[in-house]
Amino acid sequence: MSLCSFGVEPLSCHAWNKDRTQIALSPNNNIVNIFEKKGKEWVKIHELTEHTERITGIDWAPESNRIVTCASDRNAYVWSLKDEVWKPTLVLVRINRAATCVKWSPLENKFALGSGARLISVCYFEEENDWWLSKHIKKPLRSTILSLDWHPNNILLAAGSADFSCRVFSAYIKDIEDKPGPTAWGTKMPFGELMLEHKDSDGCGWVHSVSFSASGDQLAWVAHSSISVADAAKGKEVTHLTTDYLPLLSVLFVGPTEIVAAGHDCCPFQYTYKGPGALEFVKKLDMPKQSSKTTTSAMQHFRNLDKKATEEDSTKLDTLHQNSITQLCIVSGDKAKVEKYSSVGLDGAMVIWEFKH
Amino acid sequence: MSKNTVSDRFRKVDVDEYDENKFVDEDDVGENQGGPDEAEVDGLLRQGNLNGALHAVLKNPPLNTKNHNAKERAELLVVRVLSSFKSSDIEKAVGSLDKADVDLLMKYIYRGFEKPSDNSSAVLLQWHEKALAVGGVGSIIRVLTTRKTV
Repeated sequence: MSLCSFGVEPLSCHAWNKDRTQIALSPNNNIVNIFEKKGKEWVKIHELTEHTERITGIDWAPESNRIVTCASDRNAYVWSLKDEVWKPTLVLVRINRAATCVKWSPLENKFALGSGARLISVCYFEEENDWWLSKHIKKPLRSTILSLDWHPNNILLAAGSADFSCRVFSAYIKDIEDKPGPTAWGTKMPFGELMLEHKDSDGCGWVHSVSFSASGDQLAWVAHSSISVADAAKGKEVTHLTTDYLPLLSVLFVGPTEIVAAGHDCCPFQYTYKGPGALEFVKKLDMPKQSSKTTTSAMQHFRNLDKKATEEDSTKLDTLHQNSITQLCIVSGDKAKVEKYSSVGLDGAMVIWEFKH
Repeated sequence: MSKNTVSDRFRKVDVDEYDENKFVDEDDVGENQGGPDEAEVDGLLRQGNLNGALHAVLKNPPLNTKNHNAKERAELLVVRVLSSFKSSDIEKAVGSLDKADVDLLMKYIYRGFEKPSDNSSAVLLQWHEKALAVGGVGSIIRVLTTRKTV
């Protein structure tokens, strides 16, 4: 695992380009910085400054090399690289509250945008008028959408929301794609159709993050005090595991049965899902180095005791990240077998982890 | 000139009640939600069966009722049971509870903190420490995020 610090500001979100030589991140303000890896250092090569409020989501489409960004200013822009300069195109999302998250679909012909306006905006490019249009999914969302993830078939969309439920919708746009075949989630999929809705009755809080498995048959999500998996292959049965840790903020399927989740405990956790009723915690993925106790002089020891009433001089956490992890992203491999994944946190650091299967 | 003679009753209107987008919790009324059985718990306490009293008082929590009286009575009963334990027995008692009961105990403990009386806070703090060791931070998160408060 390797850590790279991008300053002291928290990193709200990040996205990698296709060959993972460039990373787009936002340091908790209205600017997106694109860094390129030159040797061992990350050098800033571009700055995207079209948004007026804090950026809440960035996604980089690997094949078409387009970046979509969304911010609290209720706008989203699609950026294309022309002559080494990123040019923005405004997307008409028609929301009256901040946008919270954005994700390109697997085929990159559309993207989904979650917002505080209690709706999901699915946006696609219309050739004749040369602009980006959007269609809204409103019912039965009752509160802010916190996270989105696409199913591999490019049609189904999972959404985690602040009304304590996780849902799967169909985002089929007939203008730009063919009718989808039946999947384990259902057969009829008109736009906005609700394929799964799971509200946790025990009050496990907001659903912070959702992730489909590589096949699309399983859906994992994390809430304030639990992690759950819905299995479409087994009749949409939901398996639930309450955690003993601080809330998890991001979840990722890294293999057919392995899940990595991270959050306010500043450390990624590994879970395994083998079937309905079999969701278990495996281990913490951050092996803290046993910091050798540096020999402090007697004077230092008593000075600490006097000033701070402690004997140790350390305020650092044992984990690599010194503050909550906000987002996990695949770096190499795909959901069926992830080899490396990255995490960004409120401490301004980006860490690349290796996953051993 | 200085006194506003027009009625200002509109300022006391609760606007949120009229918001059509207001989030309303679904009310699934469960049976057996009237609160723990006082007679049973009383009996067990008098017999000196403290562990039994603890298990009995954690049954039928008044989660779904909007009946504040039931919740008050349940809370007072729980604090009574918790106060009658000796400090050294608390750890074993918590060990005998299953996960759902530990979460429920945490809910009662935090509710007890809201209205301290006499010695209750000290006792509740001891219980809190032992329950935390078993339930972890997750149990406290569940107290904070639950829609069904005890």
